[in-house]
Amino acid sequence: MQPILTVENLTKTYGNIQACDRISLSLYPGQILGIIGESGSGKTTLLNAIAHRLPIDQGQILYHKQVNEQDSNTIDLSDLPEPDRRRLMRTEWGFVQQNPRDGLRMNVTAGANIGERLMDIGQRHYGNIRTEASRWLTQVEIPSDRIDNLPSTFSGGMQQRLQLARVLVTQPKLVLMDEPTGGLDVSVQARLLDLLRSLVRTFQLSVILVTHDIGVVRLLAHRLMVMQHGQVVEQGLTDQVLDDPHHPYTQQLVSATLIP
Amino acid sequence: MISPLPLPPPPPKTALIHAQSLTKTFTLHNQGNRQLNVLHHMSLTVNPGDCVALQGPSGSGKSTLMKSLYANYRVDGGTINIRHDGRWVNLAECESHELIDIRQRTIGYVSQFLRVIPRVPALQVAAEPLMELGIKKDEAEKKVRSLFTRLNLPERLWSLSPTTFSGGEKQRVNIARAFAVDRPILLLDEPTAALDQKNREAVIQLIEEKKATGCGLVGIFHDKDVKSRVCNQTLTFE
Repeated sequence: MQPILTVENLTKTYGNIQACDRISLSLYPGQILGIIGESGSGKTTLLNAIAHRLPIDQGQILYHKQVNEQDSNTIDLSDLPEPDRRRLMRTEWGFVQQNPRDGLRMNVTAGANIGERLMDIGQRHYGNIRTEASRWLTQVEIPSDRIDNLPSTFSGGMQQRLQLARVLVTQPKLVLMDEPTGGLDVSVQARLLDLLRSLVRTFQLSVILVTHDIGVVRLLAHRLMVMQHGQVVEQGLTDQVLDDPHHPYTQQLVSATLIP
Repeated sequence: MISPLPLPPPPPKTALIHAQSLTKTFTLHNQGNRQLNVLHHMSLTVNPGDCVALQGPSGSGKSTLMKSLYANYRVDGGTINIRHDGRWVNLAECESHELIDIRQRTIGYVSQFLRVIPRVPALQVAAEPLMELGIKKDEAEKKVRSLFTRLNLPERLWSLSPTTFSGGEKQRVNIARAFAVDRPILLLDEPTAALDQKNREAVIQLIEEKKATGCGLVGIFHDKDVKSRVCNQTLTFE
C-alpha cells in the first residue's frame, strides 16, 4: 500500500519559537491520523503548514495523487503553482477550520455554501446541486428547510456542521481537520463521528484530525501522534499510545483524562 | 576471525503464533520513574485448533501478554511471529499500517470493554469489521443476526446503541463482533465473565466451532468450568 501523503522534516519557526521541529509522517488511504497535544504545541501550525496556508522553513510535503488502482502521481506542494494549489484545496483536499466562520462564506446561503463546492468540480445543473445540498444538510442534521438561510443565522454548532457538509460534499481524498467537534453537543458529535467513519470506510477518505478530545481520538483515529513543544514525542496505533504510553507527557495526558 | 551469530531456530511450519522471549517493563514517570517488570522471557506457540489458557493471579502479567500479542502493548524485547497471509511477520517490528491490516484479517480480539461511537446501533457495531473487509452490508448483517440469535441477544436491542446495554449484553455484542470474522487467530479476554449459564454454553459452542475450523485461540478464563472444557493447553504465570 502506498501513502497518500508524505511529510518529511517539516520545520516552521516563529522567531525563536520552534512551532514544528523536523516533523515527518506518512498517511495511508482510509486512515485517520489523530494529533493531540497541549495548546501551543504546534498542532495547528503543522496542519496549516501541510495545507501550505503558511510558508514553511524547511521540509517537503508530497501528495501522492491516485491515478488508477496501481499508479499515482507525486505532487510536491512547494512546487505547485498557487492556482493549482487552490484548486487542489477545493477538490481533492478539504480543510475544516476550528472556527466555522473562517471556513464558510457568511454572506451567502447555506445551500450556496455547499453548492459552490459542487460548481468548483464542474457541476452546473441547478436542480441537482440543490438536491445534493439538501441531502448533505440532512446528513449533518440541519433541517433542509434552512437551505436558504444565511449561516450567520445559525448557531455555532450548526455552522460547524455546515462547514463539514461544505467540505465533504465533493468527496475529497484528504481532509485536514482542526478541532472539528469543538462546539458540538454530544449527540450531534456522535452522529458526525459515525458519518466520518462511514465516509472513511466507503470512499477510502484519509483524515488528519487535530483535537484536544482524547475520547474523540479513541473512537475515530487509527493512529495517533502526540506533540509537545513542536516535536512529536510519541506515535503509534491509537490504542497503543493511549493504553501503553511511554513518554512522560503522554502518561500525564492519559492519566489526566476523565474517561480515557 | 568473527564467527557469524547463530541464527534463531525458524518458527515451526504449522504454527499460527510463535512468540519467543518476550519482555515488557512499564516505566511509570509520574511515580518517580518506577519500573514494573511484568514479562520476563515469556514464550508461547499456538497451533491451529489450539486453545491456550493463560492462568495466574491478578497482576501476574496475563493481560499484558495477551495485549502484547495484539500489539496493543509494545514489548521491549523478543519476537512475536504471526502467520499472516501465509508468511511470518514479527508484530514487534510492524509499522502501524501493517498492524491495522493484520488486525483486520488475521488477529481478532474480544476485550472486556466495548468502546463504540454512541448512537450507532448494535447490529452495525458488530457488522463493522466485516464491512471493513469489503463484505456487503446485507451479508455482514445477516451473519451478525445469526450470531446475536445464538447468543440470545433480544431482537429489540439490535437497533439500539450498545452504550445503554447491561454488561452481559455489551459483552455479547463484543463477542459477535469478533466471531463474525473468520480470522485464524482469536484472543479472548474473559469472554464469559458477565454471562449467565445459558450464554456461557453458547460461547463455549462458538469457541469449539472456531477450533474445529483450525483457528488458534488464546484466552484468559476465570471460569474454571469454561476453561477446562475449551482449553487444551495452559500457560501459568507466577
